[in-house]
Amino acid sequence: MPMPSSEVIVIGSGPNGLACATRLAQKGAKVTLLDSLSTPGGGASPREFAPGFTTSLAHLTRGIDARVAKGMNLERHGLSFQTLQTTLLGANPITVSRGKTSSQDTEYARLHDRLTHFARVLAPFRALPPPRLGKGNDWLTLSRLGLGIRALGKTEFRELLRMLLINAADVAEDDLTDTRLQGFLAFEATLGSWLGPRSPNSLILLLNHLAIGPDPLAPKGGMQALAAAMAKAAVAAGVTIRQNAKVTRILTKDDRATGVQLTDGETLTAQAVVSTLHPGLTLRTLVGPRALDAGLYTRAGHIHSRGGTASLTLALKALPKLDNPGNRLIIAPSVTAVENAFNPVKYGQVPDAPVLEAYIPTTLDPRTDSHHILTANVQFAPHAPENPDQARAQMLENTLRVLETHIPGLRALILHQDLLMPQDVATLYGNPGGNWHHAELAVEQMLFLRPLRDLSQYQTPLDGLWLAGAGSHPGGGITGSSGWNAAEAMERTL
Amino acid sequence: MTLRFDLTPLLPTAFAPRTEPLNKLMRFGAWAGYRTALCYGDTEMEYAAIRNTAMLYDLCPMTKYRISGVEAEDYLQRLMLRHLRKHSVGGVQYSLWCDDAGKVLDDGTLFRLGPQEFLLFCQERHMPWLLDSAMGFDVRVEDQTTDLAGLSLQGPLAATILAKAGLEVSSLKPFRLTHLPLGAGQVMISRTGFTGDLGYELWVTPDHALTLWDRLIEAGAAYGLRPAGSDALNIARIEAGFLIATLDFIPAHHALREHRARSPFELGFGWMVDFDKGPFTGRRALLRERETGSRWARVGLDIPGNVAAEGALLYHLRKHEVGHVTSAVWSPITKSSIALAEVQARHARGHDVWVEIYAERELQYAKLMLPVTAVERPFFNPARKRATPPERF
Repeated sequence: MPMPSSEVIVIGSGPNGLACATRLAQKGAKVTLLDSLSTPGGGASPREFAPGFTTSLAHLTRGIDARVAKGMNLERHGLSFQTLQTTLLGANPITVSRGKTSSQDTEYARLHDRLTHFARVLAPFRALPPPRLGKGNDWLTLSRLGLGIRALGKTEFRELLRMLLINAADVAEDDLTDTRLQGFLAFEATLGSWLGPRSPNSLILLLNHLAIGPDPLAPKGGMQALAAAMAKAAVAAGVTIRQNAKVTRILTKDDRATGVQLTDGETLTAQAVVSTLHPGLTLRTLVGPRALDAGLYTRAGHIHSRGGTASLTLALKALPKLDNPGNRLIIAPSVTAVENAFNPVKYGQVPDAPVLEAYIPTTLDPRTDSHHILTANVQFAPHAPENPDQARAQMLENTLRVLETHIPGLRALILHQDLLMPQDVATLYGNPGGNWHHAELAVEQMLFLRPLRDLSQYQTPLDGLWLAGAGSHPGGGITGSSGWNAAEAMERTL
Repeated sequence: MTLRFDLTPLLPTAFAPRTEPLNKLMRFGAWAGYRTALCYGDTEMEYAAIRNTAMLYDLCPMTKYRISGVEAEDYLQRLMLRHLRKHSVGGVQYSLWCDDAGKVLDDGTLFRLGPQEFLLFCQERHMPWLLDSAMGFDVRVEDQTTDLAGLSLQGPLAATILAKAGLEVSSLKPFRLTHLPLGAGQVMISRTGFTGDLGYELWVTPDHALTLWDRLIEAGAAYGLRPAGSDALNIARIEAGFLIATLDFIPAHHALREHRARSPFELGFGWMVDFDKGPFTGRRALLRERETGSRWARVGLDIPGNVAAEGALLYHLRKHEVGHVTSAVWSPITKSSIALAEVQARHARGHDVWVEIYAERELQYAKLMLPVTAVERPFFNPARKRATPPERF
């Protein structure tokens, strides 16, 4: 337990690992943070995809958890954000900023308002351990939040209940008439998930995005700067960070986690081990079956973890011709376009016309050589293609074709191109399936079901072993929320 | 052979060519997809054979799993409640296994055929659970239910009859097994049974089943050997205090209602739970239960009078319902009405516990409210069960 002078090992130096380690260190624990990559940051860590060109898996965020930003004093450690407007590319592009559209769509403004309202009353749940069915809840806080929801008023409360588990496509088509905005809503809801807009319960993911923050944000200095600021804060709090330290086993004795073993055989002992890695990987690969009950071990293998997002990075000779090249760019012309992009991945196939979100970070932080970098989250990529290399090549070609249609002349500017399919993400970042949230974010894996009902309080059956990654409530998205929640949960057991 | 219950609602066992013509009443029951005799003609006579001479009982439908591989022992250590430390090759261990919540999935006998080879005999089918439990272990689990035909030979003359049949097992101790030649094949004989008496279980491949049957029937002809059905066996097993899955407890995977599953403590098998052997499925839950206490207790009851208390409810102070009888019988050998029952744990000693019996007497029911006495199980425990070598007749 993180008593003063006690020893805690945190595995994984992504935002959750950094947040968790920092909070524990601030409370007096001696914390060692281990990570297999060469630089801290996990999905935000820098990766050289071509000589002289660096990118990261995550390219935008909707904001670091306010508790984390404040608790880690990230502003002082150099983190600041640029709020982005969004351009929906197409024959008649429109620009969107919160509820405001350049087309002055009142329907959109109204819907956006309502969803933002819903998101606001749901947001506090992200900063809590999931409520339990049964004993052990903080009823005071929960009833306060319940009252907050009820305070929406009868009509809006009824609307919330109606919409909470609905699919995004129905809402888009019921409440909007502009197909471009319908497509945008469908895309936003399903970004980073393994759901199409017509899949049941897809709207709640949009509410989750909005609950994290109203705007897409670009860290000044790039995602690497965000990672660096968080790492600096961790070190300042007294955390020892060890990169290139890949954990191969979590050591257990008498129902307790006692430490970890690294690839080179080195063992480190600790009173508590916190894993921010995929919960299934943590339990099945790192702990192994012998120390776990058969039922839990089996269920840990059944956590849905399909990644549906490919990560594209282009090194460009020059800035492509765009009206607002610094905006977030969306290509998702309609609900049907998004749904059609999802359908093939169910069969391991690549969509003909993927939908995507692109950003040119070099507009905010220009390079000295006047080259540019374009990053994009492209959906949907098959998580289990029959021929991975062929699928990657096809996905790249289809994506570039879609981009070229919307940004004519782009292909001629390309110096280097790099596409990570979900399986590549899994290999590089160690999250089986390659999903952003480790365990898919979907209703059946949310709140007290995340990642599994008996693991939802960040605690595992093994004393001293905790889960603090994106696979735990409330999920990923470069927020640090899960890590912070886990650290708080650990403190409560003292 | 593939079991096709849809085509053949009840399958004949390997002994059917012999057992079916002998069944004067044509009284068969369903057992795991097979039809086996409930009674051949006279349950009392069949029971009497168990306690006085010997009886032959068709065991074919028992579920059998072969568990083998480099990590078979590690696998079973995690699966089962008991420690395998003292389970040497040639031994048979009676054990239970639980789910994560520490609720019993089933009981069974584990035959150790080699350092890395085991046979698990049990009542219900468990392949999904056994395979789930096998993940991460270098172990093979195969269903051998149809690959072995079995007979149970039970009674004080069992060893004598085996010797007469050319199967000399007098040095075999309880819960040990041996292999002997039988014609062109071989027979695996274990000193085990479900009667609480001297007895053996014999296993052959189905092609040798009738050879084995004929050999035993011929050898036993002069010793009063008779085939017996499940009704007779049931009397003997209650006297021996044995529980049957689905009758005396609901295997956790069968239970539809939240509180129907039972822990090993609640079934009277606390002695099996070895907390010191290392991790096993259910250990954490059982540790918690050991600390906080169990809800239920399993008791053996002695009931005044001569009416079997089947399905009867138990009351404290004749008023508050505190449990129920799961199996009961008028025991011919102890000359008493005995019962296996489940009571709320605080009433395990049976103080002021009463049983309510509706006794049928020539189509009129008398409601009896009788005080029970909690007694040791087994109700009947003869020395000949353990004597090695067994007495020869």
